[in-house]
Amino acid sequence: MSEQTTDKRVRAASRRHFLQAGAALASGSAMAGFAGTNALAVSDSNLPPSVPEWMKAPGDPTGSQPYGAPSVHEQGVVRNISKTLPQYVSAASRTPLQELDGIITPNGLFYERHHGGVPTIDPAEHRLMLHGMVDRPLVFTIEDIRRFPSQSRIHFIECSGNPVYTKPYGKTASDLVGLVSCAEWTGVPLKTVLDEAGLQAGARWIVAEGADAAALTRSIPIEKCLDDAMLVYSQNGERLRPQQGYPLRLLLPGFEGNMNVKWLRRLKVTAEPAYSREETAKYTDPMPDGTSREFTFIMEAKSIITRPSGGQKLIARGFHQITGLAWSGHGTIKRVEVSVDGGAGWQAAELQEPVLTRALPRFRLPWHWDGRPAMIQSRAIDETGYIQPTLAELVAVRGLNSFYHNNAIWPWRIDANGEVSNGQA
Amino acid sequence: MARLDLKAVLLASALAMLGAAVNAEERYGIGRAATPAEIAGWNIDIGRDGANLPPGSGSVARGRVVFSEQCASCHGESGQGGVGDRLAGGQGTLASPKPIRTVGSYWPYAPTLFDYIRRAMPQNAPQSLDNADVYAVSAYILSLNGIVPENAVLDATSLAAIRMPNRDGFISDPRPDVHNH
Repeated sequence: MSEQTTDKRVRAASRRHFLQAGAALASGSAMAGFAGTNALAVSDSNLPPSVPEWMKAPGDPTGSQPYGAPSVHEQGVVRNISKTLPQYVSAASRTPLQELDGIITPNGLFYERHHGGVPTIDPAEHRLMLHGMVDRPLVFTIEDIRRFPSQSRIHFIECSGNPVYTKPYGKTASDLVGLVSCAEWTGVPLKTVLDEAGLQAGARWIVAEGADAAALTRSIPIEKCLDDAMLVYSQNGERLRPQQGYPLRLLLPGFEGNMNVKWLRRLKVTAEPAYSREETAKYTDPMPDGTSREFTFIMEAKSIITRPSGGQKLIARGFHQITGLAWSGHGTIKRVEVSVDGGAGWQAAELQEPVLTRALPRFRLPWHWDGRPAMIQSRAIDETGYIQPTLAELVAVRGLNSFYHNNAIWPWRIDANGEVSNGQA
Repeated sequence: MARLDLKAVLLASALAMLGAAVNAEERYGIGRAATPAEIAGWNIDIGRDGANLPPGSGSVARGRVVFSEQCASCHGESGQGGVGDRLAGGQGTLASPKPIRTVGSYWPYAPTLFDYIRRAMPQNAPQSLDNADVYAVSAYILSLNGIVPENAVLDATSLAAIRMPNRDGFISDPRPDVHNH
């Protein structure tokens, strides 16, 4: 069965559910907030002591959704994309981080950044070419790539502009840093495939090219290619989604997102970088003195509180768990500290085990809200000892126009009504 | 001594053969050889020094016509004012509070312009322009920025010879750059 057919069936099924659900269906993103501020009138006919209606008749037939979709009551939990972009060919959509739990991003909610739209690629007609400074230039089919010994690893990918340095700052955690997601990736170490071709002396870079309409091209230092780089064909157990590079992508753990080239079709081993448009005119970081930093690959340590976070509401005084995500392109997160008093004092949060390198560990901290206005924020410390900086510390060095690699601490303001908003706005 | 040397050579050569055999065994034998024609068809990368630029040439005048037909709807007739990236102007603004980054003010290498236009533009039909028109559009955009004269005709040699204004504007990554320990 084609994917399209499946898709149509799921949509039809979803639509039936939608209609059945009727008035009970509303914006899941508003409902799923930390506060559970459910403004909808909820009937009590399904509540104790009554028997709920869904127990009085059989439910949907088994297999009515060949590819399962979330509950109709979660249909508001979707990627966050601006409705007012000038165009949607080269654009981004964000993961709704504040709606998610754990450390893994569902495939349908993984953030997107495309430079020439999302190509529809028939894997039977897709090839990976490996050439340049190699003993044996090679062409691989996807089935060839899948024959190599496989590995599965959990890593985050983050867009380098997440967020920019200038106002207006976003309202929600997704608005601010929703261009980061984390998945279990399966593929073959790039080194294994390079060994198959035989690197020649003087090989220092590999130029990777995507099979999209942007033919997106980035240069990767050979050290990274021989370290933990992977050629990936699966994500969270299933084949890559088209939005994530189906049928093959490059994975460079900890490097800025655009270098993890999607729809990978070509690897050219070279002595020099390509100096492509994407690594000169774009993805270079302007400084106040007029110079720009080039080849700023690594995403530095960062964290964000996702609950309570902007747009949510604390409905009661008393116990609330503060939770969020932390990550570093330099390796493992060693510690996450949380302040609930505007940055005066900091306490260590609990990190969810196992704390994986270049992944998205979750942190948690029990907290009692006394009902008074508060400013809460988190900061990550990674295995190199690097401490996530404040926005002021970053701007003091880089100015406001550096665009990329803003990894600032982001505070949330909680007012006396429990409303949570952006502490920098 | 001569006999010893010979032995050493034989031993070394035997070890080398053994090594080669081991290497051959370590390979999986997956994939097939890429032919020169296949590589030539897909290897569209242009070096910053102009390496791999194809034969052909294009004039500013021809570029103005192609740009008007293929590019202006997104980038504006004079390379600014559309939904697409601004392509012209901005020289001297990079150190100001409102830097304007364009081909003329920001791009370090002119051959990259050919590379990018050919691989990705126009956005609705990438790789549809022939090489002569890619040279022509490159020439027109460079002329909008005052980098080549109105009567310029660019080819592989002349495009590679252009020195862009921001050629030396890039520095290597100095991070970690925030000292908050």
